[in-house]
Parts: sequence; structure tokens; C-alpha cells
Amino acid sequence: MAYKNYILVCAGTACESNKGKALYDALEKEITEAGIETEVQLVKTGCFGFCGEGPIVKILPEENFYVKVGPKDAKEIINEQIIKGRTIKRLLYKEPGKDSPSDDIGFYHKQFRIVLRNCAVINPEIIDEYIARDGYGALEKALFDMTPDDVLEEIKASGLRGRGGAGFPTGTKWGFSKAVEADQKYVVCNADEGDPGAYMDRSVLEGDPHTVLEAMAIAGYTIGASKGYIYIRAEYPLAIDRLNLAIKQAKEYGLLGDEILGTDFSFDIELRLGAGAFVCGEETALLASIEGKRGMPVPRPPFPAVKGLWGKPTVINNVETWANIPVVLLKGSKWFSNIGTATSKGTKVFALTGKINNTGLIEVPMGTTLREIIYDIGGGIDSGKPFKAAQTGGPSGGCITPEFLDTPIDYESLHAIGSMMGSGGMIVMDEDDCMIDVTKFYLEFTVDESCGKCAPCRIGGRSCYNILDRISKGQGEPEDVQKLKDIGQAMRKASLCGLGQTASNPVMSTLKYFEEEYRAHIEDKVCPAGKCKEMLTYTINDKCIGCTACARVCPVNCIDGEVKKPHTIDQKECIKCGQCFSTCKFNAIDKG
Amino acid sequence: MKKLTLDDLRALRNSKKKAMSQRDGEAKSGEVVIGMGTCGIAAGAKSVFDAFLDEMEKLEITNIVIKQTGCMGLCFSEPTVEVATENMPHVVYGNVDEETARRIVRDHLTGTALVSDHIFDKPSMDIIEKGGK
Repeated sequence: MAYKNYILVCAGTACESNKGKALYDALEKEITEAGIETEVQLVKTGCFGFCGEGPIVKILPEENFYVKVGPKDAKEIINEQIIKGRTIKRLLYKEPGKDSPSDDIGFYHKQFRIVLRNCAVINPEIIDEYIARDGYGALEKALFDMTPDDVLEEIKASGLRGRGGAGFPTGTKWGFSKAVEADQKYVVCNADEGDPGAYMDRSVLEGDPHTVLEAMAIAGYTIGASKGYIYIRAEYPLAIDRLNLAIKQAKEYGLLGDEILGTDFSFDIELRLGAGAFVCGEETALLASIEGKRGMPVPRPPFPAVKGLWGKPTVINNVETWANIPVVLLKGSKWFSNIGTATSKGTKVFALTGKINNTGLIEVPMGTTLREIIYDIGGGIDSGKPFKAAQTGGPSGGCITPEFLDTPIDYESLHAIGSMMGSGGMIVMDEDDCMIDVTKFYLEFTVDESCGKCAPCRIGGRSCYNILDRISKGQGEPEDVQKLKDIGQAMRKASLCGLGQTASNPVMSTLKYFEEEYRAHIEDKVCPAGKCKEMLTYTINDKCIGCTACARVCPVNCIDGEVKKPHTIDQKECIKCGQCFSTCKFNAIDKG
Repeated sequence: MKKLTLDDLRALRNSKKKAMSQRDGEAKSGEVVIGMGTCGIAAGAKSVFDAFLDEMEKLEITNIVIKQTGCMGLCFSEPTVEVATENMPHVVYGNVDEETARRIVRDHLTGTALVSDHIFDKPSMDIIEKGGK
């Protein structure tokens, strides 16, 4: 008999790390104690996307959406919600600015889920649930109703482009590999997600691993490959566990391995774990790493589609791209190409983070504007201060400023304003964020991750970083701006791979839109956002009543004064940590 | 585990689809809300719930969702069941037992007839909002 209620508990990394596992166990215990195992099904699902409010629990069929649920809430959920059918109001999400909580959450209104279709619906550890949601139906359709050419045409017609960042048409890439005669070809999934703050791929692999396996098998059938590799970083243990389990289940069912579904098509997938080097997300470096060599890029052409893994034609796509493939085949290229803009079809998943109310994982149709993402889905800036910029594309990307809030987001429009789609990290910043500080952060990252093979990247990146560091310490010189531009340009033109070619993007983009802020740092020696510590001074004004709160939190004991008398800060000792500033209740500390 | 053939896969998908039908995100075109307050449960609402699930499974009705709610205040006529489906009047049934539940599924949910002898009320929309909330 069917169950009366379903309790979906998020088991993504974000929720699991927030006592999600203990919550699941507590719910299981309560269900057993109440003796209602046959009436309620407890389901472990993938990411709901609403990560800032996790752990998430959803009750079906009532559709009650509970946020920030802890193990201690388990008893109430079972006794009130499940046994008596009462909504637990205190666990519902209350949107900022609204009086009462509800299940109707603005976060989901403008979202459209293709890639994340099964996340938060199925249990990723049970293959049957994936199959029930038309899983392996696209593979079935390809094997029995379509020739490899049909599949290729369908993918081409859909207009699907690579979601890893550059946006190369997927069908064209497959076509290159298909056209080459070779005794062996390979299919590779790039799951080496490395942008700071981005976790789209991890969530897909954790929440719906089979969709990637199915898509890779379809590509294998199309180009004539019998072997696939998933290159995933070892820092994603949960995703690795679920992938391994998924591969095992698919093999048992004969959906991977020899003679799939009784046809003469065979396809096998293995995992390869990366050690977390950012450059290994670059496809030629990734392939070198799979081969057991040091992860360093080689010049292209030849492209991997023609000469890739062990010199054989290799189709390599990003996790999110793979997750689109089964849907394209099942719903048809026509359906898919109706979504999105003229040149960018389908949807894009973004990891929305920074100064925003609803942080989390979102999927929107291409062409959605930044304003819709930040204000409608993200719920606006959490500090209430004005929006300053959104950083997309991670260390290879750039900033989108307030005047571009209404630009429809697709590959071309982002490129035109000096940013890029990237893999989907989106960091929202308000006026308390210093653009030099942010740029320095990204440069530090790419300098650290540069493989060192080519000089423009190795030396150029370091030089840019040194200049930025100097500027942030109040030692900038007027010609620094021009120097940054020159070095950035050289890196862009002369670097060997994507990492170096794009490493200067954050610099170029912030220079373009925030040159004033650079000048303020260099000429006036001030940081308008108050972020660059070296340029800050904290002083105590006459509002001080001598409560001693600041003196007590000061980690270096540089605040002196008698009780009930104004205090003073010893500027020589001050490390500018800002603890006193945030502790003072009387606005008696000036920052500037 | 035996390897699947095409037919096996299709059969597996169909059987699992049914099991997941209450859980998938597809739009439902109507709902049955069963009063499961203390009064309702004491009067046998639990077995009524089971009867609904069982009969709907038999008739392969998947577009209707069954929910439970608290006491409607009609304790004297428990178990009460509110049914709201497309193209049929919005009805509250009273004194529903297992057999009546099966009749509601067979007649009302299939859109052919109301179970007249158990109608408690046909509330106007301004008294009880659609969806029973």
C-alpha cells in the first residue's frame, strides 16, 4: 500500500554538515517509536538549494516546507504533523519583510529546474527512484529508437552549450569526436569543480548521480566510445560515495557494463580522483592527470575531441552539461531550445552567495536578469545596504555592476560586459566590500593554483598580486593602474591555457568599473569600503562612557582607560581587527 | 541481480512510478482532506484513510492527493472528508466509513456522481477556502 506521508530530508553536504544526519536518525527513531513505519516514508534526498536555511525537511503531500530543522524537532514533526496533520508554524520559512511564515517561498518562484529536476525529489542512493522519474529512459530511447547520428542531430538542434564556463556547443564537440576514426574513444566527465564558493556540480552528483552516468553512456553510444571516466576531486567524499554506489547499481541492472539492455552496446565508467588542483579543471590538464601525469595543460589544437586521453578522441563535458542530456533526448530538442535566449538555450545553475538573504543553489532559464536573481530569488541584500556588484565566473570572471542589473544573463551578454558565465558561482557584494580586496583574493587564488609551466601566468599573476597587495596597504603608486592593465593584457594574450588567459579578468573588470576606488586607494590612501586594514584607523570619540567593553575584547590589549572614563586606542599596537568597533554599543568608535 | 532487458526496465519503471506518484512534483487536479483530529481518529479516520489509498491504487487514480487535517469542528459527524476535484462540486462528507470511502473514490473521484447520502455540506467558497486551508 502507498504511504500516507512522505518526509523528505535533505542529505546534501550543506545540510548534513548541519546535523542533518542526526535529524534523519532522530526522525527514524520517532517513526519506529510511534509504530508508523508502514504509513510514513522517510526519504533522504539531494540538495533543495535553500542551503542558507538548512537542514530542510519537506512533508508530502501537504507540501509543508520546514527550514532550520534540528534533531530536537523530530518528535514534534512526527507527533503533530504526521499523526495529527497539524502544520508546525514555527518551522516554516518566514520571508524577510513578511508578517507570517508560509510554504510559498519566493526563492522558488522564478526557478526552472532541468538540471536539478531530481534533486530534493528522489533518494540518490536508490536507482529505482531515478528510474521511476524516467531515469535511463533517454538511454533506452537512444539505443532502441535512434541511430548515433539521430542523437547527435538532436543534441546539436537543442543548442545546448557547455556549462563549464566557455559555452562551447556540446553537439559540435561530440561531432568532432564522432567524425574521427579510432579503435578506442573516451567519454569524460569534468567534476573538478574548483571555483571558490561554487558547488553546483557537487550538488548534482550528490543529489542525482545516475543522470550523469546515463548521459555519459548516451555520449558513448553516439561517438562510439566504450569507456568513460569521471574526474572528481577527492574533497567531495559524499559525491564520490554516491557515484560509486550508483555505478555499482547501474552495473547490477545491466545499464552499464557489457551489452546494455541486451544490445551490443557496452559502456563502462570509472572514477578518477583529483587532488584538488584548480588547473586540473582545464581539460588538457585534466586528461594528463587521468593518465597519471602531472596536471599541466598542453597547447590546443589538437583539441581533446580529436586527440585526447592517451591520444584518442575524447568528449569531455562538465557535470551540469551532462545533466541536461537525458532531458534533451526525452523532451526533445524543440522543447529545450524554446527555453532561454537566442544564443543560450536551457537553464543555468548558480551558487548564490555573499551579502544576500537567501544563499543557496538556484536554477534559472537563460536570459533571467541579475535583478530577478538578486531581489526576487535571493530576497535582496541582507545588510539592507545598496548593491555594489555581483562577481560571476569565479577567478576567471568579473563583476556585474548596478547599471547592468537588467541585462539578461547569457554567455554573450556577460562576456560583453567583461564578466563570464563561468561554472556558476555568483557572489553578491554590497558597499562594505572593497573591490581591491576581492580582486586580491582571486589573484591570490590563481597565483596559488598556477601550474607554473608558462611565464605569463606564473610571473604575470605574481606581479599583479604584488601590485594589488601594495595598493591595499596604502603604498600604491599612480602608475600602478597602467601597469596592472599592461600585465593583464599580456597574460590574456600569451598564457598557455584558460587559467592564465583569464586570471587577469577580475583585475581588468574591477579596473573598468571601479577605477575610482583604485584611485582612492592610491592617491588618497583611503579604502572607501573600510576593508583594507592597513589604511584604517580606529579612534574613540567623545561618546565613550567608559563601559570597558572594547578593552575587554581587544585581542592585543591596546585599549586603555579607567572605568566610566573615555578610553583611548594605542595606534602603534592596534592590529585593526575591528573587534572594538563591532562590540561598542554607543557608536563611540570611529573607523576611517 | 539479473541484468535488465528493455521490457524489464519498462516494467520496473511503471511499477515504481505508481509507488512514487504521491511524491512527484506533478500538479494534482484535486484533493481529499481527511479530518484526523482526536475525534476523527476515534471515529475510525485511520481505516478510512487506508480505504482511500487502497481504492485509489486499485483504480489507478494518481492525479488526486490525499491529505490529513485537524478537527473541522464537526465532531459529531466524524470521520469527515472534504473532497475538492475539478468539474465536481466541493463537498464535505460526514460519517464516512470504509465502504463510503470506497464509494467516494469510485463515484466522486472518477467524476461520475456524488455520494448523496453522506453529504454533510456543500460549503460556499467564502466559508471554506479552496484547498481546505
